[in-house]
Amino acid sequence: MTAKPKFAMYWAASCGGCEIAVLNTHEKILDVDANFDVVFWPVAMDAKYKDVEAMEDGSILLTLFNGGIRNDENEHIAKLLRKKSKILVAFGSCANEGCIPGLANLSAAGEIVHTAFNTISTDNPTEIYPRTSVDVPEGEIHIPKILPVLKTLDQVVDVDYYMPGCPPESHQIAAVIDLVIQVLQGKAELPPKGSVIGAGNSTVCDECTRTRNIKSIKAFKRIFGQPLDASLCLLEQGIPCNGPATRSGCNARCPSAGAQCIGCYGPAEGVMDYGARLITSFASVIDSNDPKQIESIIDGIPDPAGQFYRFNLAGSLLKAAVPAWKKEKA
Amino acid sequence: MNQRITIDPITRLEGHGKIEIFLNEDGDVANTYFQIPELRGFERFCVGRPVEEMPLLTNRICGVCPEAHHMAAAKAADAVYHVDPPRTAKLLRELLYSAFYVTDHTTHFYALGGPDFIMGPDAPVAERNILGVIHKVGLEIGGKVIQARKYGHTVVEIIGGRKVHPCTSIPGGLTKGITEEQRKEIEEMGKWAIDFAQFSLKIFNDIVLGNQQYVDLILGDIYNHQTYYMGMVDENNKINFYDGKVRVVDPDGKEFVKYEPKDYAEHIAEHVEPWTYLKFPYLKKVGWKGFVDGKDSGVYMATPLSRLNACDGMATPLAQEEYERFFSTLGGRPVHQRLAIHWARLVELLYAAERWVELATDPEITSPNFHTVPTETPTEGVGIVEAPRGTLTHHYTTDERGLLTKVNLIVGTTNNYAPISMSINKAANSLIKHGEVVTEGMLNMVEMAFRAYDPCFGCATHSLPGQMPLEVTIRDAKGEPVKVLRQYC
Repeated sequence: MTAKPKFAMYWAASCGGCEIAVLNTHEKILDVDANFDVVFWPVAMDAKYKDVEAMEDGSILLTLFNGGIRNDENEHIAKLLRKKSKILVAFGSCANEGCIPGLANLSAAGEIVHTAFNTISTDNPTEIYPRTSVDVPEGEIHIPKILPVLKTLDQVVDVDYYMPGCPPESHQIAAVIDLVIQVLQGKAELPPKGSVIGAGNSTVCDECTRTRNIKSIKAFKRIFGQPLDASLCLLEQGIPCNGPATRSGCNARCPSAGAQCIGCYGPAEGVMDYGARLITSFASVIDSNDPKQIESIIDGIPDPAGQFYRFNLAGSLLKAAVPAWKKEKA
Repeated sequence: MNQRITIDPITRLEGHGKIEIFLNEDGDVANTYFQIPELRGFERFCVGRPVEEMPLLTNRICGVCPEAHHMAAAKAADAVYHVDPPRTAKLLRELLYSAFYVTDHTTHFYALGGPDFIMGPDAPVAERNILGVIHKVGLEIGGKVIQARKYGHTVVEIIGGRKVHPCTSIPGGLTKGITEEQRKEIEEMGKWAIDFAQFSLKIFNDIVLGNQQYVDLILGDIYNHQTYYMGMVDENNKINFYDGKVRVVDPDGKEFVKYEPKDYAEHIAEHVEPWTYLKFPYLKKVGWKGFVDGKDSGVYMATPLSRLNACDGMATPLAQEEYERFFSTLGGRPVHQRLAIHWARLVELLYAAERWVELATDPEITSPNFHTVPTETPTEGVGIVEAPRGTLTHHYTTDERGLLTKVNLIVGTTNNYAPISMSINKAANSLIKHGEVVTEGMLNMVEMAFRAYDPCFGCATHSLPGQMPLEVTIRDAKGEPVKVLRQYC
């Protein structure tokens, strides 16, 4: 029996939703099992770093890497898996662009710890904070070091392909699994290195079934603040929907359920900076020439940093707010 | 000669959990440390965000149980806006949540917790997994487990808009309702789920309770801790996962406190240790006395077992029968034996399935009245639900525009950080004596101590082979490995 190509999947700083999305492909998992030798996948099997370290460089054909790079352990594993893998895929929003945990880059790392250990229910009068190395009576014990900013995978290692989504939709994962198997069988070719896979190349708006007319907005509104038309474009109704800047691939799932697109599939094809594109899109539909009125319309977006960089801050041109960035330079 | 045993990676809460076991010169356990090595900082970076986004942002704390965060956040946001969602919205949220419970509890029992019992803790590693279960119980069981997962996620998608990270809960209710056609589909799936839950309890009954060796293991001292127990109850002190008051009973089973979600901070505090990124919640009025059992220690547990201990019964008839059988078999309420969590989880599985059908057949479930527009100025609010792995508390404070100024989260598994640590310590103490060589079976017995709690991690809940990887390195005083033992290699 010829050896099957090796497959790995790893989570760094993530929520486990990417793994659940893979499991939700149901029978496709069996295809992975049939065509690959799964050598490293903490959710599904044995997870020893030492075994990976012992492998030959480049011996894993395909690694799906999800999660952001939040601490030095994440960074170490990212480098290790890069070395051992022929094809490394940034899988899911965290690895691609930082996702929601990337919003931590609006603060310095120290503030994250300080806040968590001084909440209303925390009993911490002597200001104890976690330390990477602690002498307990029986010896010294360690935990990883939090990095100054959360990084995307390609800010740490070279990435071959990008698969966006929070999490990637199961039908997209199934399609990618099919493609890879076809490549293995010589029936298809891999896309060019650096490609986005498992997603569309237009915007969420293009997949959205809501009726669209010419947009002209006199006010931005909060999603819960009024009854909404169930079939009309949300942006036309004044809801700051991120569809215009967000890559297609999800079948416009949230707008179909009455909720605005929050941007989890990342920047649409050809968009260099997600937030800049979304700002342009919103600006173009504001129906006023009066600077004061325009200002008050824009005030209807209460949290610009979150609105425009909700999933994308760590991967954007900005990467982080000044306090976090300064700290990293220091 | 001091020895040191490291188990790394063991499991994952936010990161990869790690256990350090220190042996003393006699080869007995000197101490154990269960460390959580990651912090992502939600309590910090959610500040400044609009409160209505919290059901979406906090989903991303956990992709295994985003439904729990979605619901706790939605309820906290309702409270911030002082809005009471219409009855239909509450029914729909609870319906989504009940279906999610069925999926989650099913996966844990069949993929993870169950194999220890169905196959036996001493069964060969290669058989102690879901595949072993299929071989022993029958091939159709695999299909049923997949079906239970599919059905649960289908309901989550119909009501919540997405299979993972639902998106429809907003302050005042939901962005959408369901049609009669969808209701029927949900009801049919729910009926199937009730049969499936009964079938699961029958398996437990036949294989586990029918085997005296297993019953002795459950009732034995290794996995026994006398602590306080927490769970949410309705106005009749019956379990409710979505809404109610939080009730805590003492180690004798007497009510210690029953509090409204908004008063949680009067009752719960969190202890800090410098060697881990996770805090240790405890009962404030009892106080933190360290990792110890008993009425004088503020340590409490929040799991399926603690919910059964903390309530006076189940709100649905079939689950009530099982509840009664549970306590009569195990010697009355409260039950302290941690391994009984697995059985308690199945009693809850049946309740969740019955509740699923109850809610799906409520005449108001398809009403278009699924949202009340909030009109009051936002201020502060607390939302609590029972996550499968423990009571989940979200507490938000906002400015007058509803932008968050303070966020406090006490997450399901976090409640159990101290009891899990204690269980690991006790199991290690019971099983490693006088430098006796640690065997693989022994490792699994230590592993079972924390697996019962279902620590929130795909590995502990949605694992395919259901095998927790463990590596134990015994080191001498110079740090040289004396012996390396591996499980599932």
